Amino acid sequence: MGQAWRRFRTNRLALAGLALVALLALTAALAPWLAPYDPARQSLVEKRALPGGKYLLGADEFGRDILSRVIYGSRVALLVGGLSVTIALAFGLLLGVAAGFNGGWLDALLMRGVEILLAFPYLLLAIAIVAALGPGALNTTLAVGIWGVPAVTRIVRGSVLALRETEYVGAARALGAPAPAVLRRHILPNVLPGLIVYATLFMANAILLEAALSFLGLGVQPPTASWGLMVSTGRDVLLVAPHVATVPGVAIMLAVLAFNLVGDGLRDALDPRLGGGGSSALTSP
Amino acid sequence: MLTFTLRRLLLAVPVLLGVVFVVMLTVDLLPGDAVTLMLGEHATKDAVAALREHLGLDKPFVVRYLDYVGHLLRGDLGRSMQQNRPVAAELADAWPATLQLTVAALVIAAAVGIAAGVVSAVWPNSLFDAVARLASLFGLSMPIFWTGLVLIVVFSLWLNWLPVGGAGSFAHLVLPAVTLALPSVAMVARMTRAAMLDVLREDYVRTARAKGVGEVWVLGKHALRNAFIPILTLLGLQSGQLMGGAVLTETVFSWPGLGRLMVKAIFARDYVLLQGAVLVFALAFVVVNLLVDLSYGALDPRIARQG
Repeated sequence: MGQAWRRFRTNRLALAGLALVALLALTAALAPWLAPYDPARQSLVEKRALPGGKYLLGADEFGRDILSRVIYGSRVALLVGGLSVTIALAFGLLLGVAAGFNGGWLDALLMRGVEILLAFPYLLLAIAIVAALGPGALNTTLAVGIWGVPAVTRIVRGSVLALRETEYVGAARALGAPAPAVLRRHILPNVLPGLIVYATLFMANAILLEAALSFLGLGVQPPTASWGLMVSTGRDVLLVAPHVATVPGVAIMLAVLAFNLVGDGLRDALDPRLGGGGSSALTSP
Repeated sequence: MLTFTLRRLLLAVPVLLGVVFVVMLTVDLLPGDAVTLMLGEHATKDAVAALREHLGLDKPFVVRYLDYVGHLLRGDLGRSMQQNRPVAAELADAWPATLQLTVAALVIAAAVGIAAGVVSAVWPNSLFDAVARLASLFGLSMPIFWTGLVLIVVFSLWLNWLPVGGAGSFAHLVLPAVTLALPSVAMVARMTRAAMLDVLREDYVRTARAKGVGEVWVLGKHALRNAFIPILTLLGLQSGQLMGGAVLTETVFSWPGLGRLMVKAIFARDYVLLQGAVLVFALAFVVVNLLVDLSYGALDPRIARQG
């Protein structure tokens, strides 16, 4: 682990990503103190105010301060992203270990299920789920989380299968170690590092997906300050006030970029043989 | 090759049946009763019951599933609840636009992505490589619905070169196709670079160069051909991203395709239409991946022999 950190430290892009993530987390935590205005405060005489002047990044259709809304939007992005990553990892880990460690009919059944869910083109499964559950922050979180489960299951199962064949696991089992002990001591510690990489990259995707669902009007609902929703409302005034739609998009891009950079850096640090390869964000939009 | 093809085709059948099952199960949970929505709040109980029976909603889930699959096999996807037209007809109206958009984006992704990746791999750590890698990081991080709006602002509103939205001419296709392609261009460039770097280290490439084979021939015949399998796999996966992305791009550019139809169906709670649209997307994705699988066999005869 120490070696991995040394490698990570020499990666300037990854460090920049880490700094951005820290900044994002701080912004979300300190939103009430950082935001110059109440994100819901309307001032109709100042609607669509241009950036600069009283409102640093301008005001939206209702005269709400865009900067304050972008700051508060970081809470939605991180919360929905973080919780959906947790859901995807928890269920993916459980199902992946169950499939890989047990094998047999359970494995066959779970893998057919995973195949079916992965047959939905990107975003469509999440759209279908959120359409079924109804809009809202919680349902968006669930949809994004469930969307991630099949991919995590497949990754976990793959590494469990590989580990099951290793000599030390074989030796532990031959010595009569009970299955839960083998899992806890030999399998899980070796599955987790790869999963951390995946979780970071998944976080980037989750933020994108939440923004996309909210943009379509299926995700987080007004008046909550969600970046995707802000872009969507700005779309109606694109002709007269392009900043209303474009500014929140920059926030989405920076947040996603931050997690992508950290994820890439972690992968290279944990497995230097892969060296800057391109297979990281295979499930990315 | 024939058994290989047949095997892959047979394996796709249960997946498709499963897709129908999942779609129906999700749609079954749709909030708000579609029937009440169709008849209005003040409909009589009898009218509601009659329509439920007419739509077959009173039957248990398994029966409806088998019914739907049975009709599906005859090309009957039911009737849309809003327009009361056959869903198959509505989908048939919309899918050519989506096909045009996604194929255009796939072509851009393959052409630009592979070219950039090859140049990056041939001159690693050059200025071009650095710029291309940074650009692809941004490409992967930009939400496409936002990219689309930015392109509209720049190319339609400021420069007035291209139309804001709609379909009909080549000029209408440019912005949506580029928007949709950008993240895939980034992915393909990254993947091509990595695959080419791997292949260029191989002994057979060194041997070819030592024999005095021209560099263009080495890259084209020896390197790119061998790097092509991972690239092709990625393109297959990317086609799924493109179809999903099409939902967003079509919404941004008012492109009259399946994605926009699907979003409209969700807001209208037209679950029969929604079901059909999701199915067509999933079917298309399964078919593309099947084609990719089959082309492995053509590119690398060893794979076909292993079955």
